[in-house]
Amino acid sequence: MLNNGVAAQSTPKPLWLLAEVTYRCPLHCAFCYNPTDYVSHTQNELTTDEWIRSLREARKMGALQLGISGGEPLLRDDIEEIVAEAGSLGYYSNLITSGVGLTEKRIAEFKRGGLDHIQLSMHDITKEINNFITDTNTFELKKKVAAMIKDYGYPMVLNVVIHRYNIEHIGEILEMAEALGAEYVELANTQYYGWSLINRAQLMPTREQLEKAEAVTNKFRERVGNKMRVFFVVPDYYSDRPKKCMNGWGEVFMIVTANGTVLPCHSARVLPNMTFPNVREHGLEWAWTESPAFNKYRGDSWMKEPCRTCPEKEKDLGGCRCQAFLLTGDAESADPVCSLSPNHDVILQAIEDAKNPQIASQPIVFRTDKNSHKLVEGERERVEQFHALP
Amino acid sequence: MSDKIRSEEVFRRNPHFRFQWEEAQGCYVLLFPEGMVKLNGGAGEVLSRLDGNKTVAALVEELKAAFPDAPDLESDVLAMLELGLEKIWIVRN
Ligand code: SF4
Ligand code: SF4
Repeated sequence: MLNNGVAAQSTPKPLWLLAEVTYRCPLHCAFCYNPTDYVSHTQNELTTDEWIRSLREARKMGALQLGISGGEPLLRDDIEEIVAEAGSLGYYSNLITSGVGLTEKRIAEFKRGGLDHIQLSMHDITKEINNFITDTNTFELKKKVAAMIKDYGYPMVLNVVIHRYNIEHIGEILEMAEALGAEYVELANTQYYGWSLINRAQLMPTREQLEKAEAVTNKFRERVGNKMRVFFVVPDYYSDRPKKCMNGWGEVFMIVTANGTVLPCHSARVLPNMTFPNVREHGLEWAWTESPAFNKYRGDSWMKEPCRTCPEKEKDLGGCRCQAFLLTGDAESADPVCSLSPNHDVILQAIEDAKNPQIASQPIVFRTDKNSHKLVEGERERVEQFHALP
Repeated sequence: MSDKIRSEEVFRRNPHFRFQWEEAQGCYVLLFPEGMVKLNGGAGEVLSRLDGNKTVAALVEELKAAFPDAPDLESDVLAMLELGLEKIWIVRN
């Protein structure tokens, strides 16, 4: 009757809806996962009504988890309305924020509207590194916001993006999280897309640093037990099999971006020859089930060798299409993280580059409007250097 | 990992988790930061009956009355509660 308590899987339904409500952000994180050309997507943001319609449609299709993110979502002044709608529709909703713009008044309104939790990004135990990596003076503010989240009875979820500059502080970061009363901590090793791909050699930790960080994390887990859940998102460059990206293309995740484009993952826009649906032209039902973009990489019929006949293909579905394209120039090839990929050497080279002081000491390109404009205008030498098309 | 469950104990669902019936999935779900679980029929029946007042013994009786034909019901319920404790789906009252 009960086996492991978990129901059997049925046909894919979008369980998670991520609403990237704006690409505007007061921070300038070096690892930002937003598109490097985000300045081209900051106009024509969806209106409140368009968001409400999208929430309703996705909920009808079965979506349950809602993430409200950005950019910094709190730069919009209608998040209260969006939250209240999500609450009445029965979503389990999550505000993903840097903390900038969260006031007592707003958090009280979110509580009333039924927001379920707030995920706050933290960067380090030191003010210097927090302020350096985000290129802002936000260290003290984040601590205040953490206290406010606790005061309002929210489960505290901290997200810490891990890179070379903070990886050796993981023990102290976890202790800080414990002192703040966090229930969940996500130690998310940087994934190399968007801005973090440009800054890859500067951000990537060494294998030794990573192993040490994992050991420290495991020790901490043993000590705190169930009181705090610590997720350690491993960096795929140091493993020999790719991640099952987004748990499969068009399987559970659906993202609606600031100006209405519907995507199966954050970075899908980098893929060539794809037209993604937009909520201004189509309903979400069509976007998810019918649109050519969502069907293109669903399942495994698009695969080439070595994936096509690989006995492990169910496990990772060939990895990430964006990573395959960004690093090999071919979106249908195996994710080069896989040691069976004929392009695996681009990963090994990236690890070598990160150790090369000449490359790794180049200045970081922070996520700013100015840099984004430059990248749009085609000053892409550094990007191309890293994409290293064969 | 968790210590043994006794029949006079009382459990309730973790108040930080949301538990609801989902028409689209045809099952109960548990929602929490960073994840969700779709519960199978049995697990859903157990969790939906945890009101923070009932002892484990009373819960088993209630389920026996609702599912008179289910074999080994008691040990299934205990296994379910143990799993729930480990995953912090439920907490001791
Ligand atoms: S990663 Fe940093 S810069 Fe990018 S959206 Fe988040 S807070 Fe803003
Ligand atoms: S060859 Fe393809 S399917 Fe097989 S493990 Fe590597 S990426 Fe996955």
